[in-house]
Amino acid sequence: MMTAFRLILLSGLVICAVATALTKNLKQAVIIYMAYSVIMSVIWILLESPDLAITEAAVGAGITGILFFLTLHRLHLIDADDAGGKEKEGEEDAHEEDR
Amino acid sequence: MPAMFANIASNYEEAVAVILFCIGFCMLLFSRNLLKKVIGLDIMDTGVFLLLADRGYITGRAVPIITDGVTDMAHYINPIPAGLVLTGIVVSVSVSALMLSLTVRIYKTYRTLDMDKLYLMISNRRKGGRA
Amino acid sequence: MKKIDKDSLLGLWLTGDLNLTDRLYTDPLPHPEETEKYQPGHDRKTAVRVTRCFQRVYTVCAALLCMVFAAVMLLTVANLPPYGADDAPTVNEVAERYVEKGTEETGAVNTVAGMILDYRAFDTLGESFVLFTAMCAVTVLMNLRGKHRRLRVETETVDYHADPIVRTMCKFVIPVILVFGIYILLNGHLSPGGGFSGGAILASAFIIFAMVWGEERASRTIRVPVIKGVTLCALGFYALSKTYSFFTGANHLHSIISPGVPGRILSAGLILPLNVAVGFVVCCTMYSFYMYFRRGEL
Repeated sequence: MMTAFRLILLSGLVICAVATALTKNLKQAVIIYMAYSVIMSVIWILLESPDLAITEAAVGAGITGILFFLTLHRLHLIDADDAGGKEKEGEEDAHEEDR
Repeated sequence: MPAMFANIASNYEEAVAVILFCIGFCMLLFSRNLLKKVIGLDIMDTGVFLLLADRGYITGRAVPIITDGVTDMAHYINPIPAGLVLTGIVVSVSVSALMLSLTVRIYKTYRTLDMDKLYLMISNRRKGGRA
Repeated sequence: MKKIDKDSLLGLWLTGDLNLTDRLYTDPLPHPEETEKYQPGHDRKTAVRVTRCFQRVYTVCAALLCMVFAAVMLLTVANLPPYGADDAPTVNEVAERYVEKGTEETGAVNTVAGMILDYRAFDTLGESFVLFTAMCAVTVLMNLRGKHRRLRVETETVDYHADPIVRTMCKFVIPVILVFGIYILLNGHLSPGGGFSGGAILASAFIIFAMVWGEERASRTIRVPVIKGVTLCALGFYALSKTYSFFTGANHLHSIISPGVPGRILSAGLILPLNVAVGFVVCCTMYSFYMYFRRGEL
């Protein structure tokens, strides 16, 4: 039973990693990476290391994700500053893929 | 050869750690976006941590928190990899914060995160500086 | 480029005037389009062709490298001792010593905390300084004072504070997170947790506060000198409290501070204060990462 649970979690880990690598949208990549961190923290519990689980849940899923999102926000701000506020918000999202 | 595959199947957690490391490495090499490269490096980090923690795990044993006075090693898992990984996780977040701030600076200067465009711009700039 | 005076660097950082961005980037790069225009036509074509060729070679080499890497590492995995074996070479006398004598020698019930804050405390000290260095580097790179101030355009940020649901929920959630973080921080030697995770949880409470109540309000509540002072005091306390092992012949196991009764909250000698110090460093570092990424200054 535990082995099956382990296998499911590990395959989820690999799927999340591959999805992060393949997705073109940066926001989606960051969200999938946060999901990856949450799965990782469950695996730390299974590996009998609750210290690591708490740290990974707080740092990996929380703060790293926030930093990635803030970076994306900052890039948007630079774009908006470039356009002088003339461009609409919708166009920025369209540009995201080829950034 | 069959023995080798059987060994990999029994060491499946370590195999997954290696696969994660390779996925992160591929992201680092093939992804042209700098942010994706940072995520790839983070995935490589977690692959290494998973391998370390797997080596410390012993089947059927408990967390090394000695609450009931039993200090026999036969009841607890190996605490050393947990200690190493604990510091590693926090270092990895500070490394990714540093790289994200570098990414913001690069975007501010060149207005792109694409590695190929960056190469072209930097080589152009170098030629322009020399002439 | 002006040379940076090393003596005044710390003073500048303490007074909040550390802005290396102006000094390091005095020579602004030309706009990308200008450099594109600079190239003569045939030269540009050659450059594009060379780049394409390089890309093809690079892809092949990278794929080969990846495959060789994967093959070598899977081969290594195949030759490792079985997963979860109790006679693996990693389960050696060092781990045995930590588990069997750890509680007696350090007073910590949690062997991992006893290991990273007593047996290997210098490792953790260096790690705290890694955090501090990362914080300084982010300060240098993300500082938006001075001439970069014009980039601080706040384009339609969502005002979470105006939303009664978010505001009320945060009033409930933030104290709970703070109490949980302090519990994790103070019980590091008794239960799972410790400085790193407790500090990160505390920092997440402060980040939620800054996110909902606005960064201006947060920087007025949690002042810059407080963050800097707490970081420096915690690092200094850690460094000073570990220097005594130099004077006791680098063998600090026979310390003058008694480990106390294992299991009590005030036990385990220096592990509890060191946990708090590490927690403060981690908390301040994560919070200032957030503030620099969000606002450009603390």
